[in-house]
Order: sequence, then structure tokens, then C-alpha cells
Amino acid sequence: MNATAETVTKSDAAVFDVERIRADFPILAERAHGQPLAYLDNAATSQKPQAVIDAVNHYYRHQNANVHRGVHLLSERATEVYEGARDRVRDFINARSSREVVFVRGTTEGINLVAHSLGRGFRKGDEVVISHMEHHSNIVPWQQLRDQLGIVLKVAPINQAGELDMEAFEALLGERTKLVSVTHVSNALGTINPVRRIIELAHGRDIPVLLDGAQAVPHAGVDVQALDCEFYVFSGHKMFAPTGIGVLYGKEALLERMPPFQGGGEMIKMVTFDRTVYAELPHKFEAGTPNIAGAAGLGAAVAYLNAVGMDRIAAYEHQLLTYGTEQLQQVPGARIIGTARDKAAVLSVVLDGVHAHDIGTIVDRKGVAVRSGHHCAMPVMQFFKVAATARASLAFYNTRDELDRFCDALRYAREVLV
Amino acid sequence: MDLDDLYQEVILDHKRNPRNFGPMPDANRNVDGFNPLCGDHIHLHMKLAGDVIEDVRFEGEGCAISTASASLMTEALKGKRVEEAERMFEAVHALLTEEDVDPDLGQLGKLAIFSGVRQFPSRVKCASLAWHTLCAAIQDDGDEVITTE
Repeated sequence: MNATAETVTKSDAAVFDVERIRADFPILAERAHGQPLAYLDNAATSQKPQAVIDAVNHYYRHQNANVHRGVHLLSERATEVYEGARDRVRDFINARSSREVVFVRGTTEGINLVAHSLGRGFRKGDEVVISHMEHHSNIVPWQQLRDQLGIVLKVAPINQAGELDMEAFEALLGERTKLVSVTHVSNALGTINPVRRIIELAHGRDIPVLLDGAQAVPHAGVDVQALDCEFYVFSGHKMFAPTGIGVLYGKEALLERMPPFQGGGEMIKMVTFDRTVYAELPHKFEAGTPNIAGAAGLGAAVAYLNAVGMDRIAAYEHQLLTYGTEQLQQVPGARIIGTARDKAAVLSVVLDGVHAHDIGTIVDRKGVAVRSGHHCAMPVMQFFKVAATARASLAFYNTRDELDRFCDALRYAREVLV
Repeated sequence: MDLDDLYQEVILDHKRNPRNFGPMPDANRNVDGFNPLCGDHIHLHMKLAGDVIEDVRFEGEGCAISTASASLMTEALKGKRVEEAERMFEAVHALLTEEDVDPDLGQLGKLAIFSGVRQFPSRVKCASLAWHTLCAAIQDDGDEVITTE
């Protein structure tokens, strides 16, 4: 992803008109406790541009019906919206075919789908390799599989900067490794993992790779063919689309071989009481009426991101990260957790003498929204021996001024509590 | 709703200098309390003699509110009978959660300063963690982990 950022010329970034971008997001005009809202909790969920809100609204006003069923006009419109969104996602991540784009509720459901479907073929003693910086959604499904099937969960360690220990990672790959499942970008630390190298090492041993792209897709261009990963999973709501819609990308040949995840309507060709013939990809994995309005919103979000340009977004956010890092270093008692060389715009902070939860409350009163807690990555907190951090996670609508306000609020928190 | 309602001087004092903080080798009740929302963790040690709380101490890491709450709780509990402690738990619980109830502030004494927490719904569990842990310590022998969830 850094390569993407580096190829963007300085002039591109210089013309990034953040005030124009902000005008596209109505919620950013809200006030919080009498102050202008500084929304710095984008790793938890992102805000929605008017284009996405309009697409959902338009869908319910003019297009709503069930998909793939009726021959009536609205059903055709709904199907067109839903499948149109799939095609946009295909182009956005450069998948070979729309058959490789499965709509799910979000990253969590995507990983669970793979764990339940691909994982059904695992045997006692087979191994799944994850990393120490995973979100709980890429830990718990594999633990459940371990408890059901007796597979072994192997955890690649990280260093004090929050970077993956690649030698140790490589040493974990073995005869019985059935899957490598790691995050592309850490939600708690911002670390961008060397995913090409990870995939190369795994493929050298014929091991498939799943990447959790929830924190990557909203912030830089992702090309699944260039990456060559077997699975890539991400959530709509972190990329400016509604909640409840997300994507599992999977290589077609692999998805073909995998059994369905859930059974029901939409995922069948023919049902008798004796047997069922499953639908073609991707519908085989989409049981039940899907989140059509969510897909409409996701399609609009992809169009919006394309219009802004992922390269420009990545370059601008990198500037913000550099600025925010410098400013935080000036705050007395503040320490940044996660100092990887290759990093996305996440600033996880601990403040000497002030618990993260108190930071959250105090900066909120200054109109600054950050996440305080373990960020659904408790093993990361355990590694750094902190109970929790206060995390500012940025998007392309954030500004230097908002980072200044975060730093001022941290200074104020120290005044109040220490 | 003001930050000062939450971070009152007494609370800040107990956050900076928690009372009854540390291990208790001769405790006969030890319970871990855990708030999965923020990762706060408290170990409550108690010496029960019959139905009298002879001594109570705590350890762990938490925010200003949960640390002060645990500290003030241990002060209030020493020498109290179990029945009194349970009544205090109920009064604190009402103070933290019930909008229209005017809890018996006289009975609560210093603990009444936590009334401001009710205005900060996301912080109620910080203040109640120590008290939930206390309930578990009273009700059960042996070691266990309880959570605010």
C-alpha cells in the first residue's frame, strides 16, 4: 500500500480539497457538547457521504422488492441494483469475476463463512496460522473450530513496534498448515502487514491465505489479483457504506469446492425432500433475502471512492498520520502504541496517569470522538501490557485542526486527572 | 452535565491515592471482577468473620472512576455486616442507574458523590464494577471471575 502512496505526486496531495470532501458528509456538521464534531473513530465505523444516504433512500422509494425472483418491474430494478453493486465491487478490488464476490454482513461473517465452510474439511491436528495482532473476529472463529475439530491454532508473534516477526511467521508454516489468516492492516496498531511476502511464503507451501481487509480497503487501493490471496474480506460500513453489508472475495475454484455456509432460500436451484441442488456462485453462499439496500449503499460508496481516487486518499491520510504522530510526540506523558514503519492512519495512545476510558470521556467533552478500550484486540493490549488505549483512527475527511484538538484534549485530560 | 460532576475532588483524590490497595495474604474470599468493555480488571480480597467484613482490599488496573469507586467502597465496607453491605450495593446501584429514584443519600455517605456518573451512561459500569465484584465475593466461596456484562 505504501507503494501506492509513494507513486502519488506531491501536487496531487496538495490539491486535495478536504473542505469540499467534508461538505459531502452531512453528519460532520453536527456539534458535540457544544463543539464542532471531530470524528476520529473511523476504524470502528466511518461516516456516510450524501451519495450513499441518497442511494439507500432512492432504493426504498423507487426500487424495493426481493431480488432474483419476481418478474415484475420492481424486482428487476432491485436485482439490477444488487448485482450492479456486486459488479462495482468486483471492479473496485479487481476480482476476475462477480462470481468471486460474495455479499455477507461484514468482515466477521466473511471469516466465519470461511471457517465453517472451508474449515469443515480440516482434520484433527491440522493447523491455522494467525498473528498476534488479529481482531477478535479473526481469532474466535478459529478457536471454535479448534474446540470442535481439534485443529491447532498457531500465532505468529509481533515485535515492540507492532510489526509481524516474519522469520517466526515463516517457521510456523508446515505440512499441516491448512490456512494462513491474517489482517492486512491492524485496527489497533495501524500496522500494514507485508501481505505480498506472507502470501509468497504461504504459496511456496501450497497454503491458501485469507486477508482481513476491513482496515485496508477504505484507505488505499486493493487489487486481489495482484495480491493473489485466496480470500479477502471487508466490511461496507468502514468504507463509507451502510452497516450490515460486507464482502467475501474468494478465488472461484476454491469457492466452487467449498460447501455452503447457511441453507435456505436464494442459495438453491432445486429442492425436494430428498435433496437440494445448490445455486451457482456467488448465490450458493447467500442464503435468505440479502441486504439489498446495504448493497445499494455499498455500490454508491465504491463510486464515491473512485471519484475521489484511492491514491489521493492514501496520500492525504499519510500526510495526516505524519502530522498527528509529530503532534502527539509533543504531548507530555503520551506514548504511541504501534510504531510500525509501514503504517496506516491509526494513532493508538496511552497517557501517563490517565486511563484510556477517562481520556475517552474527557476528549468527548471537547467534541473529539475517539475509541477507548481494547479495540477487540485484547491480545495486542496484553502484548503491550496496557489495559486499553485511546485510538484516533483517521479518514480522508479528517483535518490537521482535528488532530490539534485531539492533542489539546489530551493535555487537558492530564490537567484534570494527574 | 459537566466534567466536574463526574471527576469530583473526592474521586480524583481516591484515583491518585487509592485506599486499601494491595494484596491480602489472609483473605478468605478472593474474586476477580472484569469489565470486558474497557478491559478493566479488579481483584477483590475480603476477610469475612462470620457475617462481618473484617477487612477488604483491592488490586488491579482501572480508570479513575472504577479505581475511586473500589477505593471508596473498601472504606465504606470495613466492619460492616454482610446484610448492610448488600443494602449499600442496592443503594449504589439505584444511585447509578435509576433516573427518578432519590436514593437514601444519608446511608450512602461519601458514596453519594457518584451521583454524577448517571449522566455519563458509558461510565456507569466503571463505577459499578467493584460493587458487582463485592456481591460475588459475598455470595460465593472460593475464586471466580465475574463481569459487568
